[in-house]
Amino acid sequence: MFKKFSLEPSRIALNLAVLLIIGLWTFPTAGLLISSLRDKNDIAASGWWTALSSANVNKKTHLKDMADQVEKDGKFTISGNVFEGADAVSGKVSAFGTKVQAPGENAAGANAALDGGQSLVVNPDGSYVLSSPTAFTADNSGIRVFYISSQPPRFTLENYQTVLFSEGIGRSFINSLTVTIPATIIPILIAAFAAYALAWMKLPFRGLIIAIIVGLLVVPLQMSLIPLLKLYNAAGTFMGVPSKTYLGVWLAHTGFGLPFAIYLLRSYIAGLPKDLIESAQIDGANDFKIFRRVVLPLCFPALASFAIFQFLWVWNDLLVAIVFLGSGPDQLVLTGKLNALLGSRGGNWEILTASAFVTIIVPLTVFFSLQRYFVRGLLAGSVKGG
Amino acid sequence: MANIKLTNINKSYGSHHIIKDVSLDIKSGEFIVFVGPSGCGKSTLLRSISGLDQVSSGTMEIDNAVVNDVPPSKRGIAMVFQSYALYPHMSVFENIGFALENQGLPRAEIKKKVEAVGEMLQLTTYLTRLPKALSGGQRQRVAIGRAIVRGAKVFLFDEPLSNLDAALRVQMRMEIAKLKRDLPNTTMVYVTHDQVEAMTMADRIVVLQAGRVMQVGTPMELYENPNSVFVAGFIGSPKMNFITGKPADKLKAKTIGVRPEHFEFSKTATDISGTLDYTEVLGSDSFLYVSTPTGMLTVREPGRTQYKTGQKLHLKPIAEHVHRFGPDDNRL
Amino acid sequence: MTAQILYAFFTVLLGVGGCFGYFYGSNWLLDRTFPANANNDASAVRNLRIQANIRPWLFLGPALLLLSVYLIFPVIQTVYLSFHDRAGDKYVGLANYKWAFYDDQFRLSIFNNILWLAVVPALCTLMGLIIAVLTDRLWWGNLAKSLIFMPLAISFVGASVIWKFVYDYRGEGQQQIGILNAIVTYFGGDPQVWIALPFWNNFFLMAILVWIQTGFATVILAAALRGIPEDTLEAATIDGAGPFKIFFRIMVPQIYGTILVVWTTITVLVLKIFDIVLTMTNSQWDTSVLANLMFDWMFRGGGDFGRGAAIAIVIMVAVLPIMIWNIRQANAEQKGH
Repeated sequence: MFKKFSLEPSRIALNLAVLLIIGLWTFPTAGLLISSLRDKNDIAASGWWTALSSANVNKKTHLKDMADQVEKDGKFTISGNVFEGADAVSGKVSAFGTKVQAPGENAAGANAALDGGQSLVVNPDGSYVLSSPTAFTADNSGIRVFYISSQPPRFTLENYQTVLFSEGIGRSFINSLTVTIPATIIPILIAAFAAYALAWMKLPFRGLIIAIIVGLLVVPLQMSLIPLLKLYNAAGTFMGVPSKTYLGVWLAHTGFGLPFAIYLLRSYIAGLPKDLIESAQIDGANDFKIFRRVVLPLCFPALASFAIFQFLWVWNDLLVAIVFLGSGPDQLVLTGKLNALLGSRGGNWEILTASAFVTIIVPLTVFFSLQRYFVRGLLAGSVKGG
Repeated sequence: MANIKLTNINKSYGSHHIIKDVSLDIKSGEFIVFVGPSGCGKSTLLRSISGLDQVSSGTMEIDNAVVNDVPPSKRGIAMVFQSYALYPHMSVFENIGFALENQGLPRAEIKKKVEAVGEMLQLTTYLTRLPKALSGGQRQRVAIGRAIVRGAKVFLFDEPLSNLDAALRVQMRMEIAKLKRDLPNTTMVYVTHDQVEAMTMADRIVVLQAGRVMQVGTPMELYENPNSVFVAGFIGSPKMNFITGKPADKLKAKTIGVRPEHFEFSKTATDISGTLDYTEVLGSDSFLYVSTPTGMLTVREPGRTQYKTGQKLHLKPIAEHVHRFGPDDNRL
Repeated sequence: MTAQILYAFFTVLLGVGGCFGYFYGSNWLLDRTFPANANNDASAVRNLRIQANIRPWLFLGPALLLLSVYLIFPVIQTVYLSFHDRAGDKYVGLANYKWAFYDDQFRLSIFNNILWLAVVPALCTLMGLIIAVLTDRLWWGNLAKSLIFMPLAISFVGASVIWKFVYDYRGEGQQQIGILNAIVTYFGGDPQVWIALPFWNNFFLMAILVWIQTGFATVILAAALRGIPEDTLEAATIDGAGPFKIFFRIMVPQIYGTILVVWTTITVLVLKIFDIVLTMTNSQWDTSVLANLMFDWMFRGGGDFGRGAAIAIVIMVAVLPIMIWNIRQANAEQKGH
């Protein structure tokens, strides 16, 4: 648009500025994603931003003993690899030494002189040769060697396995879907019918009803909880059913989502050409048929916008879920589960980061694949209070 | 076969009185055109016949039955909208067949009828397309096809050609004229603000102004015998000249009307003299704009003109073509 | 697991199917009771009129019912409760409001809420405007915008985990794994327990909401910027205005309405802010805001519905001016049709 109206002296500075802002905005999420893929010990040992570079670790191992010595030309040698053995890790040796105080005394590949005329070489690949002019005995073989190895970045899906199958996140994932799908579809249907009635049908008090619905857009949700909870308990007792049910939470989400849904859809449906509706009336279609065959197909973009909104809102909701659903494993949704984990596993970042990523992966997928509709909905209904 | 009878129809929106006491008798099979400037109530009147708008008072009869309270779908009418109102998500076939589907006709019969109409309007190869894949003229034909397929007794057209460009408009005018020949028993009511459409297509024209019927008659009746200054000025292009003052007084009228083609040039001075201000040459005709004491007059001359701008001209109306109007602007 | 998925599947089917069933069933019943299809006689015409009178309420019915139960009834009930004692039995007049007025915790919450109101909407709108202007001129601007927009799709709880990790604290001498403390120690500072720093911790919580909402402001403002007619900008250049003058005198006035909408929308959100405080600090370390205070009075420590309701009314009264403004806007829009 206003390419000619440069606010910045140079485009390079502009690009850098935007890159910096994006960096600032994506850094926190990147930290979560990278950490969730790291080994749990690594998470606690070093910052996630170091995960992509090789980490230097101090290790020690015992060389092979006298049983493996080989005599050749009057010299005795023991050879092997420091990475063999129980606690071995793969990597690259950068330095080695034989004293605990100086584990990196000698560079890899250098010849280190030891007591008794022995010498030791440890190569970067971990192979070593210990040589001696005399035969090795039980006293001077099997010595300890310290080395510094640089480890390549390691990533693992172990955390995800843990949270999905033993921490109950998998179960909560299904609970979240059970809440979210009907709580998205039901308000769409109810709101679309109501929006059509308010846009095109003759009925008394139409203006008043619209004004009330717009007013309800900004009622704080928290305010409804106590009266509704009482109502639910009374209804539950009266009908002899538990008060915390999926039906209850669907209806709650529907009720809370309706003002915005009706507002958004009504303005879209009212904007459809009048001729189309009248033409269908002359063609002998009743309002139900006009709604189904003409209006519904044409307001698909608005329906999609609202569907994304409602889906994200319900999926991400914590408050309505903890109030209207129980906290047992068969009803606890992802956000509730994550909140519980924050309390109980506060220091276990491998659990928290992986769980958090599981909860945000669905909204992020929905968001990135349907962004166009989401933005359109935002633009159409930017009065939504949240 | 269906006649339409309007008796003392009134229509108000709040304090706006849109239609004022309109009575009209439309014969069966007639092609009637409602014409008038924008805001004269012609579209409202059409919508009242369709039933999309309710009348405030008066009696509306279609086919000798009072239909005041009958909803649009039960009036036996079909309507072609200015925007065509094609359902954008339905194919041409579905668009044409939608009304039949609503009547609950079996699928095979719908197919037969839609295909017959498609053939009649040369739409056969387009039946599976969506409206957006059609040209303006084809869309217009689909809209007409929707009306035909229902076998409605009355067709209502609401400015159907105003969205087309000039060339297509002429072509569609001819197609609608042909439609009228093919369906001689269907009553057609057509609304336009374009008096050329009215003159070329109508059996009878109804001229409306500010919610009132000014005159009803065949195109030539209106052209030759307009009963008021308004109708005289509205019908015919370029507009009729209106002259007041001495030339009118002489003929015992408040105003006299003379069409541009009904002037003669005189060598000697006349009551109507002036200077030639400006000339438009169209090839077939020339329009001369003459500045006189009673105002600017338009004179049509066939072919080219010999007169130069700034020249003094003496005009004389041809006596038998002078229209005389009284102080109430009505014909004397 | 399979049983759970099956159960979920059937529950979903039942809920959605029931809703479809209502609309199809009720309309079918109406068409059935007052038939008006094939014939054109007087009874069909009469039945059509009856249908036209009943059908709007079939369409509107469920919406009106749900709105009444879930929003209108609670508003009335809350007003009632706020004038009654903790169990909601005895009328106590304005006692709950009087209590709130003198309560330290309530005052603190009001103060914090005002702090949030002063900072978050302004910062979001400003950042949004800056980002919208900057990215408008880049070929990869849309990608940039969607990355900044992304946090809007993340739940408050998810965001809290993300930011707790950013603010994570390890004792001095240990390696810091929270990026903020790592940066502070890198530059030689002492690591801090950020979310427990009195007063300042509010700002660390606000950062989360700014992080989430800036994308919203950006997208709306970017669309508004694109709606500015280019010729007004060109005319201004020809008139000799510099880039900053163009921005402040030509662009900003033309999108002023949008800026106001963004500002008020975020203001309403901030007035109702709840989840971030709940999950980050649980109102500890003086971070409580009104919604959390209300939640605590309602659901914790036995509960005092009267006091909770009084706080709810305070929130609603604060939102009320924006509600009126919203209705006015909607009415104006309707007249424009």
